[in-house]
Amino acid sequence: MTLTDEITRAGETAVAIIRGASSLEELKAAEPTIFGKKSALGSFKRSLGGLDPDERRDVGRHLNTVRAEVGDALEERRRELAAEERRRLLEAERLDLTEVPTSPRLGHAHLVSQAQERLEDVFVGMGFTVAEGPEAETDWYNFEALNIPRWHPARSMWDTLYLDLGDGDNVVLRTHTSPVQIRVMQNQGPPIYSVMPGRVYRRDTADASHMPVFHQIEGLVVDRGITFGDLAGTLDAFTSAYFGESISSRLRPSYFPFTEPSAEFDITCVICGGGGCQTCQRTGWIELGGCGMVHPNVLRNVDIDPEEFSGFAFGFGIDRLALMRHGVEDLRQMFTNDVRFLSQF
Amino acid sequence: MKVLLTWLREFAPIEGDPTELGEAMSSLGMAVESMETFDFMDGLVVARVLDLRSHPSADRIQLVDVDAGDGEPLQICCGAFNMAVGDLVPLATLGSTMPNGMEIARRRMRGEWSNGMLCSAAEIGLGSDAAGIMVLPEGLTPGTPVAEALGLADEVLWDLEINPNRPDAMSVIGVARDLAAHLGVPFSVPRWVVPETGESVSEVASVEISAPELCGRFVARVLRDVTVGSSPTWMQTRLSLCGMRPINSVVDVSNYVMLELGIPNHTYDLNRVPGGHLGVRWAREGERIVTLDGVERDLGPTDGVIVDADDTPIGIAGVMGGASTEIGPGTTDVLLEAAWWNQRAIAETSARLGLRSEASARFERGADWAINDLATDRFCHLMSEMGATVTRGHIDVFGVIPERPRVTVRVNRVNAMLGTTLDGERIRGLLEPIGFEFEPGSPADAPVVVVPSFRPDTTTEIDVIEEIARHHGYDRIETTVPRSPVAGHLTGYQQDRRRARRLLVGAGLIEAMPLPFLAPGDVTRAGLRVESPVTLANPLAAEESVLRPSLLPGILNAIAYNESHRNPSVEFFEIGTVFSAPAPGEIVPTENEHLAVALAGREAPGAKEYWDLLVAAFDAPGATLRNQDDLPGLHPTRGGVVSVGDSTVGVVGEVDPGVLEAWGIPERVAWLEIDLGAFLRSEHGAHRYRPVSVYPSSDIDLAFVVPDDRQASEVEEVLRDAAGPELARLVLFDVYRGEGVEPGSRSLAYSLRLQAPDRTLTDEDVALIRARCIEAVEDRLEGHLRH
Ligand SMILES: [Zn+2]
Repeated sequence: MTLTDEITRAGETAVAIIRGASSLEELKAAEPTIFGKKSALGSFKRSLGGLDPDERRDVGRHLNTVRAEVGDALEERRRELAAEERRRLLEAERLDLTEVPTSPRLGHAHLVSQAQERLEDVFVGMGFTVAEGPEAETDWYNFEALNIPRWHPARSMWDTLYLDLGDGDNVVLRTHTSPVQIRVMQNQGPPIYSVMPGRVYRRDTADASHMPVFHQIEGLVVDRGITFGDLAGTLDAFTSAYFGESISSRLRPSYFPFTEPSAEFDITCVICGGGGCQTCQRTGWIELGGCGMVHPNVLRNVDIDPEEFSGFAFGFGIDRLALMRHGVEDLRQMFTNDVRFLSQF
Repeated sequence: MKVLLTWLREFAPIEGDPTELGEAMSSLGMAVESMETFDFMDGLVVARVLDLRSHPSADRIQLVDVDAGDGEPLQICCGAFNMAVGDLVPLATLGSTMPNGMEIARRRMRGEWSNGMLCSAAEIGLGSDAAGIMVLPEGLTPGTPVAEALGLADEVLWDLEINPNRPDAMSVIGVARDLAAHLGVPFSVPRWVVPETGESVSEVASVEISAPELCGRFVARVLRDVTVGSSPTWMQTRLSLCGMRPINSVVDVSNYVMLELGIPNHTYDLNRVPGGHLGVRWAREGERIVTLDGVERDLGPTDGVIVDADDTPIGIAGVMGGASTEIGPGTTDVLLEAAWWNQRAIAETSARLGLRSEASARFERGADWAINDLATDRFCHLMSEMGATVTRGHIDVFGVIPERPRVTVRVNRVNAMLGTTLDGERIRGLLEPIGFEFEPGSPADAPVVVVPSFRPDTTTEIDVIEEIARHHGYDRIETTVPRSPVAGHLTGYQQDRRRARRLLVGAGLIEAMPLPFLAPGDVTRAGLRVESPVTLANPLAAEESVLRPSLLPGILNAIAYNESHRNPSVEFFEIGTVFSAPAPGEIVPTENEHLAVALAGREAPGAKEYWDLLVAAFDAPGATLRNQDDLPGLHPTRGGVVSVGDSTVGVVGEVDPGVLEAWGIPERVAWLEIDLGAFLRSEHGAHRYRPVSVYPSSDIDLAFVVPDDRQASEVEEVLRDAAGPELARLVLFDVYRGEGVEPGSRSLAYSLRLQAPDRTLTDEDVALIRARCIEAVEDRLEGHLRH
């Protein structure tokens, strides 16, 4: 057998070993027996020394070719085994995503907070600031400054909760956020473009549409040349911005001691879009709140000259808006703090 | 206020579609709450009860034979027992349909045939009485349709919501006047003719006003030959539809006149009023009177009274008459009063006595003082049609009546307020039909108008401007949007509050919103030590009589509610106001906005995590936590106070197990409550930029054995101080008690990352810092490095 043949055979043997390796470890372990100094292919190099130059060149070339083939076979096998290994590992990690139990922790802001923030955002966009004030107020801030003296028959419009502070009935839980209007006018003066959101109190028994504690947002604009038309236009702009372009507003004469002319503020029924339904008692309109031109007496009470400045004010319930938006039927549900309710929104 | 179309038509030719008329009234500020027509009454006829027989096999229904017009007895089964033989009742005949959609068919009830249905007033829309079968007025012919018999064929009934500034609209004529002006049709009140006979009224009666500021006007007339019987059917029908129960001819006429003209009036049995003398004065302390409703009432010096010749009170002015002079079945001579009372006096008396009547409601809003004589004439006119005779003349005594204000109405002011371009003529055209008179010769651009006596609410220019706007039409005023010169924005505090809410929602908490009211025992039950929580003077219920001094009790209620509905381990937060007694010299309670986190099913460390979260989110550099035993409401050995800088802002820990037991909460609750205002008022939120060092950092771990009475936070403080500016991060990663650590101490293992902004720290640098840290803990905390 010639050296060339031996080289060829050794190459075939090496390739067979490589192909027979069943794992990367086995392959790695076999490597020295193939290419190492003591391996068959390794030993041929020494045998070359005894050959004549021509033969040495031919055999050397053959040896290099065989070594390269074996090297390629090794590389190929390594790639195959690596790919197999990866497939095996990945298969071992196979996961049915639908069988995985999860418990996502989704927090929830209260419906009233959500509605209040949305309302604030709309008014901020219209150039209003947001004013806040105390929930317990003196009679003066809650009533007298608002043109509702003690004997005024209109006091019966608000069922008032009084605080027992040993000073008669001077301190009340505010029945509206209007006291904040008074404070803003006192502290700041015109021009005023502000909304007053907050918690208010009435001596009302809780039922599906009443709570002794609820939330209101009022608005106040005082500036030179403010008209009733401005009031109507502002409420209309707000209505479209908050409820959508298809919803409009209208004003009907009403009475509040602190505004004159006064109005009820209706919007297109958001349930039926104005066609008439149970919610709107087939009128196509829903009463949202009250509004009007700030009464000159109120301006005088805070030292604003009603001849120089005029203004308008409006107010409505936040809770009811949230109720309407989500189709909640009973106002009381908003305040039981039942997680089955709260985590729906 | 309920009004009927036919009644309105007696004062103005009002025509049109009922719905459109209703909308017109709404647009005038008299909102229509409901509207009824009576065309459903086809098939509903008058029937006479011929016989009442018991049902052979049922106790709760009886057999009624009625004459439905043909004279033949028709058997009806009926569940009511209030009618008598001879009564006239409404019968829904076979084939008719009830307002609720029920069709009437012949059917057997417990074996007996029923050939129709007898109806209650409520069932056919004639009032609210559903207790028994409606007994119709005498004199109707059986077989006639009820609608026709009662004159309801073209009738429309509106229920109007009348605002407090519209006393005029508390009457049929007031509504008719407003609506007529809107429709542009004439309005007038007839002068009713009263046939007078016999002596002059002043011979049999007299009136003396001793309190002129209380009683502005007192008109009296005397009627004789009065028969107290039933009033005519048409009157009873109108009264019933307008919500007043027919009683007898005198009471019915009195109510009719009040509804029609808005003038409450009162009748006395003349023979029970000695000498026919009535006096008006303020009551005296200690005086008492039994009112018409049979209740004895204490009077005081702020109450007006009508007294007899002996100066004994026989009526409370404007609120309710006395029992002693009440009209009875045998009354033949009637002394009639139509007075005008001071609004405020009536309001105060009515409120003080808790006694509200139709009369007091009208007087306290302000009745018309100009037509009291007309009202007595109308009363006498109606009574004379029932056979009474009327003595000659009126007694008409005046006290202090309000002046009719003369108001200058500047045309440009009107337009400046409304955003309109109305001229003087148009304004006049709007105001005159509703009773405002224009003073002749006043300037065209600022006419002086005289307010009608029936509009006591109107005294100033702005009041008149409202009337102009109302009759011009709110919907005809062009809308404009004023341009705010202000940049809309939230305050820093409002933005921070929103950030806190977003942070906690993002961390998976649910925002709760309990009512701020507590039951009296809740404060102590929650372990809170509040000397005197703020209480309500007039709570609706005792359980809602205390204003919360802390968010804890309300949240515990919320957790307990959820636990009891099989929802344990709820994690809540709340942002809300708490109240405490007024600060010295203050009138109103102190209010603070608190933020609370409550984690049911978790222990104190859970709450501490949220405190750390807040501190990190708001970058509050001065924030500290200090353990403290026995904090109110908290687990006595698992609580701490949190501070920012020098001010304590709240507590963190776990709710006292005893408190949880009292609330029936079966798992632990981690609790954090801070004064959000105080927290946000202290230094926070700078988030100052620190250059990110490009030089490598070195980490060293140090475990110290420190006595238990040294808080870990102290170790941390000492390490920060000792390590100096090269300390980039400090983390407590292990706490160990047990073998190898002496009792009464624990090992606290910290990881320190050291880094300089301007160079690579050398091994010597690191060793130096390490040594400083060890020395500081040894010197200041009696701790030592764990070996
Ligand atoms: Zn609708």
